[in-house]
Amino acid sequence: MREVDVSQITAAIRDMCIESTHTLSPDMEAAFTKTVEEEGSPLGKLVMDQLQENLRLARAEQIPICQDTGMAVIFLRLGQEVHLTGGNLAAAVDEGVRQGYNQGYLRKSVVGDPIERVNTGDNTPAVLHCEIVPGDQVEITVAPKGFGSENMSRIYMLKPADGLEGVKNAILSAVAEAGPNACPPMVVGVGIGGTFEKCALMAKHALTRDLREKSPIPYVRELEQEMLEKINGLGIGPGGLGGTTTAMAVNIETYPTHIAGLPVAVNICCHVNRHARRVL
Amino acid sequence: MEKKHLSIPFDTAEARELHIGDYVYLTGIIYSARDAAHQRMQEALDRGEELPFPVKGSVIYYMGPTPARPGRPIGSAGPTTASRMDKYTPQLLDLGMAAMVGKGRRSPAVLEAVVRNNAVYFAAVGGAGAVLSHAIRSAEVIAYPDLGPEAIHRLEVVDFPVIVVADAHGGDLYTSAVEQYRKKD
Ligand code: SF4
Repeated sequence: MREVDVSQITAAIRDMCIESTHTLSPDMEAAFTKTVEEEGSPLGKLVMDQLQENLRLARAEQIPICQDTGMAVIFLRLGQEVHLTGGNLAAAVDEGVRQGYNQGYLRKSVVGDPIERVNTGDNTPAVLHCEIVPGDQVEITVAPKGFGSENMSRIYMLKPADGLEGVKNAILSAVAEAGPNACPPMVVGVGIGGTFEKCALMAKHALTRDLREKSPIPYVRELEQEMLEKINGLGIGPGGLGGTTTAMAVNIETYPTHIAGLPVAVNICCHVNRHARRVL
Repeated sequence: MEKKHLSIPFDTAEARELHIGDYVYLTGIIYSARDAAHQRMQEALDRGEELPFPVKGSVIYYMGPTPARPGRPIGSAGPTTASRMDKYTPQLLDLGMAAMVGKGRRSPAVLEAVVRNNAVYFAAVGGAGAVLSHAIRSAEVIAYPDLGPEAIHRLEVVDFPVIVVADAHGGDLYTSAVEQYRKKD
């Protein structure tokens, strides 16, 4: 048994909330550079130049990359040999978010009730996904999610007979509908299989995968590539103002499913695809 | 692509010279307002009250910033999705609002009101909040402070970069530019 004090989790989450909203991960930065070079529309290129300058300024002057600093989505992989001490885990996670959003001058964009809509004032609560895994480590991923793109995400309960073609159509129609609202060039996270909630969670988790890594499953890897090309053929372009880069990557996760179903979730993220990861 | 400089306020003749795809630098006063502020403005209009700023000739920016760090006028300040304001926009345009700045497609009713009033809809680049904040020289909350980031701010902008996405001639860049780059199979 290894003991981990929850205050360490609070501190890590605080730091990652601030870091992820000011600096994109190296894989995202590499994708940006590639897009600037390859974009075929003059206006699209201008938009990409502005976005690259934006990343530079955000880092140099500590201004958040985007004013929508999101709702804090947190994936926690907890080793089963870890004994958490020092308090309640969910409270420690929220405390990290509270400190990060206050100390980092981040926007508080969370309302305490979806209908009554009063701002909680500190961006809590987080959306916390916990998984118990073998080992004695705690892996934390912080992924603040903006809602311009979240609002354009879709879930489709397809039928087995819809097959791979149905999956492709679902992804393409979600991206086409998202268009300029999702602040392209986008990153597209897809979950295929599982149940209603499992496929949505996979789609979200797929957004945190390093863009340079491909799926280990051969047909999925091909599907990722094919969908990226098809999406870029839509013409939406940077800022939705027309162009040859609509998405920088399509990341797909799959899971076994029921004989009667083929769930597909498409979680769309903008070019501000934020995630930071740390292992305690 | 044409680059232009435009001072606010501008008249309808100047607005009619703007065409979709133009890259425009705005200088003058603009007002931030997003979902909750629009709802309150609508309620004020329904009660026959004045709006918190003179709507005639005004430019509204759909934006809710991050808090300013000490010594800065504002934090990150990029556009939010405009379609959520579609419900309120035609009436504001008919009352004389000159332009709006946001991101994303608008409803046919908004596009018709833009044409009818010789107005213009600009896009700022979504997710470029750090760069855009540099063009904002001062910011002051003038209404609904309880709404926090959604309060109405009076913003003084200098060479604020935007792109004309819907013009007084019925142009809609989000439709036409995408069509141009779409691969036909
Ligand atoms: S969709 Fe992304 S880039 Fe666009 S405003 Fe929201 S968080 Fe920012």
